[in-house]
Amino acid sequence: MSCDLWAGMLDAYADDSCSPEEVAGIEEHLRTCPACASGVLARVQAKRMNRLAAMRYTPSPEFQLRIESSLRKKQNSIWRWSRPVWVPRLAAVALALILIVVSAALWTRHAAREQDLAELLDVHVATLASANPVDVVSTDRHTVKPWFQGKLPFTFNLPELQNSPFKLLGGKLIYFEHSPGAQLLFETRKHQLSVFILQDQAAMRLPGAGASRERGFSVETWSQAGLRYVVISDTNPADIHALSELLRTAAGQ
Amino acid sequence: MPHFAKLFNFACWLTQDRSAAEELVQETYMKALKGFPSYGQGTNFRAWMYRILRNTFLTTRSGLKVSLSFDSDEDGLKEPEAAENPESLLIAQVERETIQSALEELPVNFREIILLCDLEEMSYQEISQTLGIPAGTVMSRLSRARRAMRALLAARAQGASR
Repeated sequence: MSCDLWAGMLDAYADDSCSPEEVAGIEEHLRTCPACASGVLARVQAKRMNRLAAMRYTPSPEFQLRIESSLRKKQNSIWRWSRPVWVPRLAAVALALILIVVSAALWTRHAAREQDLAELLDVHVATLASANPVDVVSTDRHTVKPWFQGKLPFTFNLPELQNSPFKLLGGKLIYFEHSPGAQLLFETRKHQLSVFILQDQAAMRLPGAGASRERGFSVETWSQAGLRYVVISDTNPADIHALSELLRTAAGQ
Repeated sequence: MPHFAKLFNFACWLTQDRSAAEELVQETYMKALKGFPSYGQGTNFRAWMYRILRNTFLTTRSGLKVSLSFDSDEDGLKEPEAAENPESLLIAQVERETIQSALEELPVNFREIILLCDLEEMSYQEISQTLGIPAGTVMSRLSRARRAMRALLAARAQGASR
């Protein structure tokens, strides 16, 4: 098929905005057309360079604290105005207030945890949807780990994956809660798994250690040696746990 | 706070001023908190947050100037003299600082659409929801934005080689 038919769609293809039928058609064409294939490559490279250049500004911790504090005040005022005003007795008012404050605090904490985990889920999904999901592409842990040198304020061990069903695909640098962290991509039986390794901070609002399901994804998280590990995938929880065990063992070495 | 760091980065690119970006992000979260009861289930949360931020920006003094230029966006803006074709310009050789200065120089409507697409990796559909424009306009504006970006990078490359 002529290049003219596909040339106008290469941008949409590189931007991951084509329908599955269009993707199938373009990919068939790319296999036989070096010109269009290099056109796609140039677009993907340009997008990657733009992405790296555009990650430029980081909010200061002071600003984050300030905004969190004003949001808390605003939340409290919303609760105050929605409080029942007709409760006749002082004791009932006090009890209601306590209940409101406790549930608001619990709800806020729960919501914050949900939101932080949701952010990691979004990163995982965006990674899988991306044309260039990782910045260092290698199945060799001795290539992937050194790539993070000088980019992270911590270091970590990667497990030996021989004789395991997992394959390392690569990794990239992410920012979570204003701190740099590592996202590693693994594969097992065509399912991809993200492993996030972050500095374990008091301000971090992720769920406690354990396994859970969020939006259909299986998640396992734990803290070890000052680092927080979060494993996310759509594969079954047993796979997640098996990879988590390998990571735990490697971290303990 | 979901998307906090990314929203701040986006706000800095829009305002080109760190303290204005802080105000913009703070106002965005306040509006989001206030408007959360009206947030519809199934709505794309990220697009919703970015839309609040952008609409808030457009009501600021510098944003108002930008919004006036948006009216003529699809037919009025002069087409940049393009350094075609894209493959001839190997972006991989361009320094990060050069790209950043080219992004700064782009008109805001071009800059924001490149950021949403390339940095945030939003789909055309998500960008359409964020900017409140049809998907067809997303494609044409993105194409013009990239052409303008290539022209700026080509000018810098020529300047550097002299």
